[in-house]
Amino acid sequence: MLEMTAVENVVYQRPQALTDAPTHYCPGCTHGIAHRLIAEVLEELNLTERTIGVASVGCSVFAYHYINTDFVEAAHGRAPAMATGIKRLVPQAMVFTYQGDGDLASIGMTEIVHAAARGENITVIFINNANYGMTGGQLAPTTLLGQKTTSSPNGRNAAQHGYPIRVAEMLATLEGAAYVVRRSLHDPTNIRKAKKAIRTAFEVQKHGLGFSLVELLSTCSVNWGLTPTEALHWLAENMIPYYPLGDYKVAPAVAATLNV
Amino acid sequence: MARELWKGNEAIAEAAVRAGLEAYFGYPITPQNEILEWMSRRLPELGRVFVQAEAELAAINMVYGAACTGARVMTSSSSPGISLMMEGLSYIAGTEVPVVLVNVMRGGPGLGNIAPSQGDYNQICKGGGHGDYHPIVLAPASVQEAVDLMPLAFDLAEKYLTIACVLLDGSLGQMMEPVELPPMRPLQRKEYPWAVGIAEGRARRVLTSIYLEPLDEEQVNLRLLERWRTIQANEVRYKEYYLDDAEVVVVGFGTAGRVALSAVRLARQQGIRAGLFRPVTVSPYPYARLAEIARRARAFLVVEMNAGQMLEDVRLAVNGRVPVEFYGRLGGVVPFPDEILQEIKRVARGGLKADDDPLERWMARLEMRR
Repeated sequence: MLEMTAVENVVYQRPQALTDAPTHYCPGCTHGIAHRLIAEVLEELNLTERTIGVASVGCSVFAYHYINTDFVEAAHGRAPAMATGIKRLVPQAMVFTYQGDGDLASIGMTEIVHAAARGENITVIFINNANYGMTGGQLAPTTLLGQKTTSSPNGRNAAQHGYPIRVAEMLATLEGAAYVVRRSLHDPTNIRKAKKAIRTAFEVQKHGLGFSLVELLSTCSVNWGLTPTEALHWLAENMIPYYPLGDYKVAPAVAATLNV
Repeated sequence: MARELWKGNEAIAEAAVRAGLEAYFGYPITPQNEILEWMSRRLPELGRVFVQAEAELAAINMVYGAACTGARVMTSSSSPGISLMMEGLSYIAGTEVPVVLVNVMRGGPGLGNIAPSQGDYNQICKGGGHGDYHPIVLAPASVQEAVDLMPLAFDLAEKYLTIACVLLDGSLGQMMEPVELPPMRPLQRKEYPWAVGIAEGRARRVLTSIYLEPLDEEQVNLRLLERWRTIQANEVRYKEYYLDDAEVVVVGFGTAGRVALSAVRLARQQGIRAGLFRPVTVSPYPYARLAEIARRARAFLVVEMNAGQMLEDVRLAVNGRVPVEFYGRLGGVVPFPDEILQEIKRVARGGLKADDDPLERWMARLEMRR
């Protein structure tokens, strides 16, 4: 007798922490991957209903359409300040900001530095795609030397524009920062490593260990003028040499508690 | 409770604490530092939240975040700091969360000075940040009145999901007066159906001020306008002194109103039928009541510590019915009662026209004095 029943085995599905809304992101953009990693982590840690997100200004302004938690929408650059206000009033909640490089490293540099310096017990997901995506691809504080953007048409040069900022390295110098790492979203291996870092960052907050930040090197194929695949290669070949991946700050308490 | 001698800024801070303030976020700036300093001692000892922010920009956005949790929150600053907060205030207005703000005004524009001024009237009363909204603005004229207005500011902000600003100047912040403080209210975080927090057992909540679809934004604008009309209808407050038979009606708010009251009393001693109208809510402005008074007054004299900002509102209310005159001191100068008395006497002599520009006449008189 032949067994006629087909056994369905779900191996991959949308995490409940993601809504089923189609995203507005461009083809090839890695925001969707970053969103999904956050959602998977929140679900695995059973934190979806205990988390408040703070969206920022930029392409991720509508992050709250996709990540299925309580959310607020901050002014440009001010997400860490807003997150501070929320976390201090609802310390039992997990509070995270989701910020791009223009938002965090340019207009919001003050807020991010001081949130880290205070050891504010929040988690920051920092998307570094080396340009202002939402406004059409202008020069960002993270734009690489020589990189052409709509506001550096001849390429970034140090004499005119100064140098790109390495955020993770800089914030790691602050005593209040507990966990500061850089990962990349350009291939499956690195995506897995990014997810692990995001998970650690939320665990740092859960254990009250202080400020955590995961910088994610990301692509912006449309504004870079590349195909999605070319953009992934461009990231690996150009961004990683200037923005090396790695753990820039793992405070002793984090290492001891989480075995990082 | 017995009356005690309190410094204005500290009394305001303690009144807020007793009104159930859960969290304060601020940044040092003269002449309001004592509010921040008082909070830095008081709130931690009560187990409440105090954060000295890295700037006014951050302070107002911390307040914004905290307000989104439904907590009773406030910040305070002085003129240049309030300018920095305008961005956050606009977002707060657009998100429709309640926030209390204290502005202890100083001389401006720019860095100006740290002396008492009323130069920020237009900035806060006419909206402040970008977009279409109105904050409620309360203008005390004494330390006691400031103390009394603090719980009201919280109640109004929460009732209407709006910004309530207590607007005073450096002299009120710095002076000491006998005051009676209210009893300590217990902390009680309200259960708002919009507040973010722990979402267990309920649908998730999103608070934002972005409405990309213009028709949606228009609905928000209309909702804010309707709420403002309700506030205008229900929350106008003012004080009247000697107005029953007054021929010369002096109008002043805050410290200018208080000094003007001394001048009105001096005028009464000299047989001049003068009175004082002092708006307590400078936003919503008591237009209707002033228009009523204009039906029986002979002339108005507006006294301000600015270049005639509230003057425009008085002229709007009086609507050309009788002459409106102006007397101002600027740049952090507080007028003496004698100066205002001379103006009252001049207005009482009559012979003024209702149809030309009071600012121009005032500036012409200044020229003569120089």
